[in-house]
Amino acid sequence: MDGVKLHGFWLSPFSHRVVWALKLKGIPFDYIEEDLPNKSALLLQYNPVHKKIPVLVHGSRPVCESMVIIEYLEETWPQCPLLPTDPHERAVVRFWVKFIEEKSPNVWIVYRSVGEEQEKAMRESVEMLSNLEEHGPNKGKKFFGGDGINIMDIAFGGVACWIGAIEEVSGRQIFDAAKFPRLNAWKANFKSSPVIAENLPDREKLREHLARLREKRLSSSTHK
Amino acid sequence: MADGGEVKLLGFWGSPYALRVIWALKLKQVPYDYLEEDLPNNKSSLLLQYNPVHKKVPVLVHHGKPIAESLVILEYIDETWKQSPLLPQDPSERARARFWAKFADEKCMPAMKAVFCSEGEEQQKAVLEARETLKTLESGLEGKLFFGGETINFADVATGYIGFWARIVEEITGTSLIDAESMPSLDAWSKRFLELPIIKECMPPWDKLIELNSGFLKMYLASLK
Repeated sequence: MDGVKLHGFWLSPFSHRVVWALKLKGIPFDYIEEDLPNKSALLLQYNPVHKKIPVLVHGSRPVCESMVIIEYLEETWPQCPLLPTDPHERAVVRFWVKFIEEKSPNVWIVYRSVGEEQEKAMRESVEMLSNLEEHGPNKGKKFFGGDGINIMDIAFGGVACWIGAIEEVSGRQIFDAAKFPRLNAWKANFKSSPVIAENLPDREKLREHLARLREKRLSSSTHK
Repeated sequence: MADGGEVKLLGFWGSPYALRVIWALKLKQVPYDYLEEDLPNNKSSLLLQYNPVHKKVPVLVHHGKPIAESLVILEYIDETWKQSPLLPQDPSERARARFWAKFADEKCMPAMKAVFCSEGEEQQKAVLEARETLKTLESGLEGKLFFGGETINFADVATGYIGFWARIVEEITGTSLIDAESMPSLDAWSKRFLELPIIKECMPPWDKLIELNSGFLKMYLASLK
């Protein structure tokens, strides 16, 4: 079988989602750390549209967009499935993945903004968590995927495992454990799950880096 | 093999997202009952029950089980009714089709909405950005007749609405988004796609679409004052 390479970035939740999927499926791969913002010529060649990581390269074929990559992995390496077999259940999972993709950027807006923009992003972030808490599938189970991790767990993991550092750096509390007991329990299960626990960015390094970037950004931008 | 069991689609005649689900159902010759939602102010209790998170159309209901989000519905339709497959077989090609579907929804449509909802200098800037996204979408065609090559595939069904939506925005705002000179391939594709018999017969009347969206624009501009 053709070799697999992943172009990623240590700080990126999108990069980590793909790493988790590769490791859960036991797919061997070479990891290439991109020196962002110094994008490599290869990255620009493989992802001319977005010029972003992660990019998976299988043989010579690039695949872009983290959740598109994970569907590709699922179809190419069926072992340790990350999607259910039943079409309706698959649709429910994909619905939630889309929901998370659509709403989770708000968490990053909380991180990088202030004032009214940040307030709006806070409201949207909390609403996202409320919807997941109330309507998310597989209530009472360890993961959204039931006993095992699925693509919804992976998608939300890319948010939940970064929220703590974002909260510290921005001084805003998004994820109130008391308000979201179910998600809180999920978070503990997910973060302690072997593959995930071994593949998370160093918390202190993450916090430092995010704090530095935030300060740089806020001091150089103009505010209304 | 066609699956038995009732299929319902909750939609709105003016919604491009509902329309692409209809395209998929028609292409696969899946019989369904269509329920027209009286949007925006009179959503049925069924819609609110079936899509409590977004309260939006389209929602497909199969064997009493609802599915929301049009691209998710397209994947479900393709997996459930195997005739006239939308997604290609090869995983790399499938990833490509999904990539372009996502791109159209996440980049092209919001960029065109920005043109629609702005005026003057801001609109001029928005037009340039929208044209950039459309030029990029064109690159996905790779000079072929359709995203699927000689025939349409998932990406064509998913992105086909961009063609007529651009024309709606152009007509209402007097701007130019897809022009034959700078985007010959995209221009030809959008016309070719909308001329396909199954696609053509599902299109709502043009003047009604213009009237509907002009109305939305008026409401939006009034809400800003």
